[in-house]
Amino acid sequence: MSLITIEPRIKRGGIIRDRVAITSNYAAAYAAKDVEVDVVAAYPITPQTPAVEKVAEFIANGELSAEYIPVESEHSALSALIGASAAGARTFTATSSQGLFYMFELLYIASGLRLPIVMALATRAASAPICIHGDYQDLAAVRDSGGWIVMIASSAQEVYDSIIMAYRIAEDSRVLLPVMVSYDGFLMSHTTEPVELYDLDAIRRFAPKKIDRPILDSRRPITMGVMAVPDWYYEIKYQVIDAMHNSMGVIKEVHDEFNKTFGRNYRLIEEYRIDDADYVVITYGGIWGNTKRAVDIARKNGIKAGALKLRLFRPFPTDDLVRIVEGVRAIAVIDRAVSQEHQ
Amino acid sequence: MIIVNPTGCLEVTTTIYPYTSWGVPYIHVAFENAGAVASGIEAAIKALNKNGLLKRNTRVIAIAGDGGTYDIGLQALSGMLERGHGVLYVLYDNEAYMNTGIQRSGGTPKFAKTTTMPAGTVIRGKIQKKKDIMSIVMAHHIPYAATANVAYPPIDLVNKVRKALSYLEEGPAFIHVLAPCPPGWGGFPDEKMIEIARLATETGYFPLYEWDRDRLIINPPSDMYMDKRLRKPLREFVKAQSRWSHVTDEEIKELEKDIEDFLNYLWRLSIGSGVPTPYA
Ligand SMILES: Cc1ncc(C[n+]2csc(CCOP(=O)(O)OP(=O)(O)O)c2C)c(N)n1
Ligand SMILES: [Mg+2]
Repeated sequence: MSLITIEPRIKRGGIIRDRVAITSNYAAAYAAKDVEVDVVAAYPITPQTPAVEKVAEFIANGELSAEYIPVESEHSALSALIGASAAGARTFTATSSQGLFYMFELLYIASGLRLPIVMALATRAASAPICIHGDYQDLAAVRDSGGWIVMIASSAQEVYDSIIMAYRIAEDSRVLLPVMVSYDGFLMSHTTEPVELYDLDAIRRFAPKKIDRPILDSRRPITMGVMAVPDWYYEIKYQVIDAMHNSMGVIKEVHDEFNKTFGRNYRLIEEYRIDDADYVVITYGGIWGNTKRAVDIARKNGIKAGALKLRLFRPFPTDDLVRIVEGVRAIAVIDRAVSQEHQ
Repeated sequence: MIIVNPTGCLEVTTTIYPYTSWGVPYIHVAFENAGAVASGIEAAIKALNKNGLLKRNTRVIAIAGDGGTYDIGLQALSGMLERGHGVLYVLYDNEAYMNTGIQRSGGTPKFAKTTTMPAGTVIRGKIQKKKDIMSIVMAHHIPYAATANVAYPPIDLVNKVRKALSYLEEGPAFIHVLAPCPPGWGGFPDEKMIEIARLATETGYFPLYEWDRDRLIINPPSDMYMDKRLRKPLREFVKAQSRWSHVTDEEIKELEKDIEDFLNYLWRLSIGSGVPTPYA
């Protein structure tokens, strides 16, 4: 798919370098390029594949100076990024369903080692039967998998923006946790939308590359991935829980700064016509646009409807959510991840 | 130097928090991914040097057990070798999953008893032969691969490590080191470990050789042991260990035949790759 420039050189205070028509997969790839990742390791799986193909193309064309490791599995993709991140590199990968499941044990290790890895997830149904189409069972499976911050985007622009923010959040010394940015398989991964790309210097200022965390460095040797007896295990894992807890404030801070710098309006939970709503729909991902449309139609029919979108899935913004829905008459939840033991 | 070490005895005995035995940067990630983790570190060093973020001339060495190499880690190892990462991968082969209590691995030799293939009245320990990991590695046509034995450290092992490191600009290097595990092999005191290891080479069971840019060189003293008459009887090696205590004379003969076949295979590879005969 070639890049279509819709309106070249639109400037908003010089902050927008281009306005392009790209898919969410490509938006993920552009974000990885624009934050100048050092190492990418990835394995093909539909519907994510075009994201890493695009990154490979950027590297092949010299638009991104990074090492691309065409690993032999997703297990090795995340393993290689754990190694690369531990050695100080800024890293990126992308995957979907079976690929994410194949990475599973390493999700816990990445967060336990406090590595700021960023991964894009084009969500997809879980086999069997094998199905390449989009639902959120893969994302739901990582609900409790050990310390990844998880964001869910609703547009290609939000994918691009979230990945840029993800590096700032992941690399913050109060956080140092891996971040996953997800979006609907096909519905978003393969749908072309307008996306504003930012000035590279502005991105560099917003998410500067620096190494101010413990890494594998021959001049200052450390041991990573130790064996811990339960007393120490508890202490070390508790720090991950603390970091996850702290990340909520950091994410808000990063949102604020991002909104100010790039002229957006990101919050942990996005609200739509909520102020006087009696009925609220809560959802996430690519159907956010449809949900808002449904609210408008309901309003036209005299129903006081409103909607909420979860942008942050982990840590879960419970307090914000409870505060927003306080006093409404009923809540409908559209969750696109079936749980097999429930009807 | 940065060390990558997958899960196993070496890892659990050297990194018990808050202590560490490692004076160099060290990372353990999981059991099956030493090849992939090492690939990532090697790539990171390249990228950081290129992008000017951290200038280091650091070498990456993976040290992995037989389970983490022959079996669960084979895919990651193959990927690393095929992609040509400049990493030295050292396999320390104690011929079983020792960390979890002596279970069979692809590196366990025939008839040896393990807790998952015990010597019973019907099954006589491991039924299958030891996997030829060196041939698998050599099939990737990496610049350098070698076998070594902890009983021959001062010259052979040290030289091989040195040589392997000097090849890393070209691509990966692999060293397969025989490392007896006294509790796992059984029947001899710890202080006899080196003696047992030496017998492995003296009987032809574990020959020392190098794969140097597609030439197979049989190293001393194994070149001498290509002549069957100069080898020690295999029995001396086998009967010193309780993992083979149930083995009959017939079965030792069978093991001897396998060794003979393997050494002939090595010999053909060596001659075929243009290496002059070590003795005439
Ligand atoms: C995915 C996974 N499966 C199983 C284990 C359990 N396990 C840990 S170490 C080990 C065996 C290690 O054997 P080897 O690589 O030969 O090293 P050794 O302990 O013999 O030195 C096993 C099975 C694990 N840690 N991870
Ligand atoms: Mg072993």
